[in-house]
Amino acid sequence: MSTDRADAPLLSIRDLHVRYRTRRQVVTAVDGLSLDIHAGETVALVGESGSGKSTTAHAVVRLLPVAAEVTEGTILFEGRDLRGASRRELERVRGARIGLIPQDPSVSLNPVTRIGDQVAEVLRIHGLADARSARYRALDALADAGLDNPDLRARQYPHELSGGLRQRVLIAIATVARPALVIADEPTSALDVTVQKQILDHIEALTADADTGVLLVTHDLGVAADRAARIAVMSEGRIVEIGTPEQILTDPHHPYTRSLIAAAPSLQTATPTLISLHSAVGPASGEAAPPEVGAGAGSDHADVVVRAQGLVKDFSVPRAVEPSGVFRAVDDVSLTIRRGRTLALVGESGSGKSTTARLILRLLEPDDGTISFDGADITHLRGSALRALRHRLQVVQQNPYASLNPRLSVGQLIAEPLHSLRIGTRAERRARAVELLDHVGLPTSFAARRPLELSGGQRQRVAIARALAVNPELVVLDEPVSALDVRVQAQILDLLAGLQVDLGVSYLFISHDLAVVRQVSHTIAVMRHGRVLETGPAAQVLLRPGHAYTRELLAAIPGRDVAPAQ
Amino acid sequence: MTDTTTAVLLPDAATQTSAPARVQERRVANRLGDGARSLVRRPGLLLAFAVLAVALVAALWPTILTSGDPYAAVPAERMQAPSAQHLFGTDQLGRDLYTRVVHGSALSLSSAALAVVFGLSTGSLVGLVAGFFGGWADSALMRFVDVLLAIPGILLSLAMITALGFGTINVAIAVGVGSVASCARIMRSQVLSVRTSDYVEAAIAGGATRWRVLVRHILPNSAAPVLVLAALDLGGAILAVSSLSFLGFGVQPPTPEWGALVAQGRDYLATAWWLTALPGLTVVATVLAANHIARSLDSERKYAR
Repeated sequence: MSTDRADAPLLSIRDLHVRYRTRRQVVTAVDGLSLDIHAGETVALVGESGSGKSTTAHAVVRLLPVAAEVTEGTILFEGRDLRGASRRELERVRGARIGLIPQDPSVSLNPVTRIGDQVAEVLRIHGLADARSARYRALDALADAGLDNPDLRARQYPHELSGGLRQRVLIAIATVARPALVIADEPTSALDVTVQKQILDHIEALTADADTGVLLVTHDLGVAADRAARIAVMSEGRIVEIGTPEQILTDPHHPYTRSLIAAAPSLQTATPTLISLHSAVGPASGEAAPPEVGAGAGSDHADVVVRAQGLVKDFSVPRAVEPSGVFRAVDDVSLTIRRGRTLALVGESGSGKSTTARLILRLLEPDDGTISFDGADITHLRGSALRALRHRLQVVQQNPYASLNPRLSVGQLIAEPLHSLRIGTRAERRARAVELLDHVGLPTSFAARRPLELSGGQRQRVAIARALAVNPELVVLDEPVSALDVRVQAQILDLLAGLQVDLGVSYLFISHDLAVVRQVSHTIAVMRHGRVLETGPAAQVLLRPGHAYTRELLAAIPGRDVAPAQ
Repeated sequence: MTDTTTAVLLPDAATQTSAPARVQERRVANRLGDGARSLVRRPGLLLAFAVLAVALVAALWPTILTSGDPYAAVPAERMQAPSAQHLFGTDQLGRDLYTRVVHGSALSLSSAALAVVFGLSTGSLVGLVAGFFGGWADSALMRFVDVLLAIPGILLSLAMITALGFGTINVAIAVGVGSVASCARIMRSQVLSVRTSDYVEAAIAGGATRWRVLVRHILPNSAAPVLVLAALDLGGAILAVSSLSFLGFGVQPPTPEWGALVAQGRDYLATAWWLTALPGLTVVATVLAANHIARSLDSERKYAR
């Protein structure tokens, strides 16, 4: 189970049990977990949400919520038992010997204290430096964590920094006291993929220099495979399998590990999948070369569902942020979506891809440009004509926890567009809702349930059923899987692909994740700063990217170094 | 990616009901039983419910609690202290004070309830329109609400009652105006947050008309905090209605009403303390009970989220 080392492990967890006590029941979150981490070793704890990986990480530093309770087991760190340690002993360990990098950079910094002071505070608390030298060491730590211009950053407040920069500050705080162990709890899951790569590089560099042990908690097998010496796969509070990345990926023993690998989009090799191959060699290959898909496609109008040309959208922003007072979210974007095909719009957060989708959905008014649907100009439709368009144009949103009205039952939710557009009688609508539940793979008994009673994946199926209720010609999928666990992600992507084959519906697929996109799309458009940088058939964009930024995006996909057994 | 994989994967995904879903089911089923059990564990809340129940019974069916006539004066039994025969004593005309308090609750409580309903409905409507339509409607309505907020509640009520004239309904409206402002502000902030929620956007993208979005999606999801506020306001409204009656703006004697009873007893404070103290304590008990229940509801709602 562990490597052959003569020295005692830095951290040794034995038979750890943690349970949560709620008002009505007791839930076991960690169920007999044992794990060793040696100095200088990075161990990744991989699992889906609810598998107990974060609970384990927090149990080590005894930062569990009040409702949680360690019922059994020992946690030995540098020979000391942390489980029985007093508060005073723990305070000496936290920050000084064990650094914690929390998950969400947007809420993990004190908003009213300057960055430099927050980093220096760690040293001051532990008496490792006086006020003057703490300030200098804080600057060094910020520089080491990859912040440009640390002198300036140290004087700024958290709200002045982007998510990636804040995460670097958190890394600086966790490492400034040169701890023996760093616990990184999903350090990059809130960040864009290119930023993620830089952050992980910095954690790696910082800990390699100082022979620091790292417990890396992540849901992404690709990240784990790239960064860890050993991977521990967690499911339902237990480690089901542990080994080197090669062992785990090429020779997984546990069925759960196998299903996780099969589902992980980033682990599939860059070879295009069936659909993208089809688009590369199939009848649609004529649309290839030109950098702008809109151009040169005039040959067959019937084939095109939506054509957007020169879309522009400005938002007004405070003049302190942007001197002109205007932020151009979408800048001269042209797209063509073909019938029965998927156009993927890829970009990082803030690239304008969701705004583009909302323009095409006519939820926002474009400042310039035209949108045509099936040959007819829809740019300025209003009132009942716009509502008539909704028959043919539907949306599935990113967050299934927010996109369903909690007051309605699943059956009412699915029938809602039918109701809104006055299609069918009450009985017909109910029958249609049941039929759609069947389509998206949910039991028909779900019609009477409320969204609160469903899991994320089930909710997203309901949202898909709702979008399909009126038999639309185009469904805009705005990050439809990014809020879901990786295995659920794979199921939803399969469902979407199957529905496209059955119903001939077109998709506009918005995503930040090239790894997901390459599984579903026929055509890919890459966006950055509101502009489309590159458009082309999926295989072409993925295998022979024309733009440097696309290559950067592709290189940032984790898990490419270690290919699993096919 | 193909049809077959979809087919293979789906049954598995479909039949598994997630653990939280099952917990949720049980939670829904247990909610009623839990409510009763937690009530037993909180005697204060139980007492509050009992007090309010008695007050309600007094308001709706006063004859259950007393068989006497609130207007029957027995000169021989003037100014008697509380005793077994006259629980609250008698007043300067020999009328039984207990009977008058019981019969007075109908006016006090109905005015208060009317005031809350008036404030709630007007305030919610103002907040809903302001929050949903925005623009100049929002600006105009909310500036009006700001003006209302700037004037102390009781002063506003006094001004209103002077303008409208005396009487129960007018007292209710005058008191209700005081809570229009707070209801409107809370409703507006709720509507603003719900309006930008994903499911409202989904409804618009699904082809819903503005009216439908408003009634089916926004209103049900923004009503809860305003309703809790209304419940909290009930106690205050009882107090305000009694205050106005005390000042002589409500019902005219000899009609019994809590505030009016306190006012009438004031002349005999030195010799007959019960004439002011007991109706006053009745008001205090009812207001405290209503407030306690409302606060419990509020914290329960916050806990549930």
